[in-house]
Amino acid sequence: MSASTQQPAIEVRDLAFRWHAGAPPVLDIPELIVERGQRVFILGASGTGKSTLLNLLGGVLRPGQGEVTLLGQPLRTLRGWRRDALRADHVGFIFQMFNLIPYLDVLSNVTLPSRFSAARRERANARGGVEAEGMRLLAHLGLGDRSMLGRRPTELSVGQQQRVAAARALMGAPEVVIADEPTSALDAGHKGAFLELLLSECATFGTTLVFVSHDRALARPFDRVIAMADINRAGAGGAPGGAHGG
Amino acid sequence: MAIVRLALCSLRNRWVTATLTLFAIGFSVALLLAVEKLRTETRASFAHTISGTDLVVGARGGSVQLLLYSVFRIGGATHNISWESYQDIRNHPRIAWTIPLSLGDSHRGYPVMGTNLDYFRHYRFGREQSLQFEAGGPFNDLFDVVLGAEVAHRLGYELGDMIVIAHGTGKVAFLEHDDMPFRVAGILKRTGTPVDRTLHISLDGMEAIHVDWHGGTPPPPGRRLSPGEVRQVDLTPRSITAFLVGLDSRAATFQVQRHVNGYRQEPMLAILPGVALHELWSLMGVAEQALLLVSGAVVAVGLIGTLAVMLAGLNERRREMAILRSVGARPRQIFLLLVSETLALALAGIVAGLGMLYLSLHLVQPVVQSRFGIRLAVTAPGWHELALLSLFLAAALLVSLIPAYRAYRNSLADGLNPRI
Ligand SMILES: Nc1ncnc2c1ncn2[C@@H]1O[C@H](COP(=O)(O)OP(=O)(O)OP(=O)(O)O)[C@@H](O)[C@H]1O
Ligand SMILES: [Mg+2]
Repeated sequence: MSASTQQPAIEVRDLAFRWHAGAPPVLDIPELIVERGQRVFILGASGTGKSTLLNLLGGVLRPGQGEVTLLGQPLRTLRGWRRDALRADHVGFIFQMFNLIPYLDVLSNVTLPSRFSAARRERANARGGVEAEGMRLLAHLGLGDRSMLGRRPTELSVGQQQRVAAARALMGAPEVVIADEPTSALDAGHKGAFLELLLSECATFGTTLVFVSHDRALARPFDRVIAMADINRAGAGGAPGGAHGG
Repeated sequence: MAIVRLALCSLRNRWVTATLTLFAIGFSVALLLAVEKLRTETRASFAHTISGTDLVVGARGGSVQLLLYSVFRIGGATHNISWESYQDIRNHPRIAWTIPLSLGDSHRGYPVMGTNLDYFRHYRFGREQSLQFEAGGPFNDLFDVVLGAEVAHRLGYELGDMIVIAHGTGKVAFLEHDDMPFRVAGILKRTGTPVDRTLHISLDGMEAIHVDWHGGTPPPPGRRLSPGEVRQVDLTPRSITAFLVGLDSRAATFQVQRHVNGYRQEPMLAILPGVALHELWSLMGVAEQALLLVSGAVVAVGLIGTLAVMLAGLNERRREMAILRSVGARPRQIFLLLVSETLALALAGIVAGLGMLYLSLHLVQPVVQSRFGIRLAVTAPGWHELALLSLFLAAALLVSLIPAYRAYRNSLADGLNPRI
């Protein structure tokens, strides 16, 4: 990957996406470039296609037109299982809520990505082993207590669940972390603390972070703030107000 | 393998439904195997009962009926054959030996059979095995009786014990030959055939206890013969129920059969045991198939139940699938997850079913043995059972594809943002 270190983490060109053939496009993005190690905040009203964009960046959805390049790999022409492998190896995801597998304990949830990706398993092993790395990440996010490791997600507060999810996303040092409104279930105090932890972790490892929210107040500590309306030329059906940004 | 471990964890998380499903599968598997076991063991047991006998001869009637009462002691004969006809037939040059059988009496529900010493010499069962004595020997005296293993074991008889024979074959005897008790002279080794349930006396003994009877009614008390007096009387039987025939060569079978069936003096029937058994199977085939159909339906119900449980779980588990996708699981692996869950359930169900089967076999075996003389061998599953189980697993695999495909589709359509 040394040749591609010069390339941006994410590069979007002339992207158009519609859910169904014939339906109006949800996304129409001429250009979006996220540099490596950059921490980007994407802002947009509900229904403007933020989650759809993240699915495209993470290689879950395939772009209809245009190109999404993740770490130098063009996703549109990449075969299905290669996209899955790319995501498993290089992308950590955090969702809005319901982040954890209910039947696995905290530590197993955190180490889950290294079960699916050899690359992330190796990177974790290089730092002292999968379990040790999981515990280290949990400790960094304030969940170092040993009694925490064996608990079920149902026995955690929502804020604790979010931190476990963040630890999982950071497991095995993926180059890119994608977070889809991970703080919307938290109160103001916990939002700030959670965000701080996440950002400092990403800063330590030089992780690229794409963070989506409709809460403008959270945007301050980020390197860069992007409004959906500015990059997306498509007027999403549910978006209130003027659809044509820029 | 990560997926299989996940599948097991997931099942453990839903252990109540998983256990219930497992038992539903277990019961259906146990039932299927039990029906199969009963079917094959019954057949084996029937086929095991007689060997080395070329022909069975009785009064004219149904061939299956003749086989049932003469060999299996099930049901009774409507007519006997006369002693003279028997003597006449047995002198046929191709006949090597005969075993006369005289049935109709019983002892505490077990059939009493009159025969002669040729029975112990020539009767064969299983793989040409002859009868062996556990204790004592054949009957010598007029009032000697030789017990089958089951009779001796169940009723706790030993050599020298005295036994009273009841008239007729009913469970509850109203008329007993209590004036002429028999002494246990021998006990046979277990054979796993109806021989075990039979009490054997000599034809003379059989005649002795009936000699002063007329048309099924005993003589008035004052005019009965004493055991001592009866020994002075001519005890040549007037008739017998049936007889088994061994030929000097198999090739003579049809010749002798024709000879018997065409016998002028008395209507008689000679059957080949194998052919009659075959006829019996085709009679039983309908019942067997009905049983098999029902147990097959139970298996289908078990599988449909599993399918319903898996499908019902899917909606609640959409988020789980999305999370797995987000950490790198491929759609194919989601598919595999669901398949392995269903298969794990089916496998555990099979194990539970085998457990239930062997437990119930263990409990039921003595009852079946003493009631029907059929030995349900508690043996490890054979090829036939393994084939049935593989068939079941294949069906389970097919069924598992349905929830797996649904989950696969969902996980693609939902992306990483599962909807409710
Ligand atoms: N699976 C789907 N099938 C069809 N249309 C969809 C699907 N998912 C989303 N959409 C549509 O795409 C548009 C963008 O949805 P998206 O989930 O990306 O919005 P969002 O910006 O994430 O909103 P929110 O802030 O509420 O999460 C919406 O109009 C939505 O109706
Ligand atoms: Mg969204």
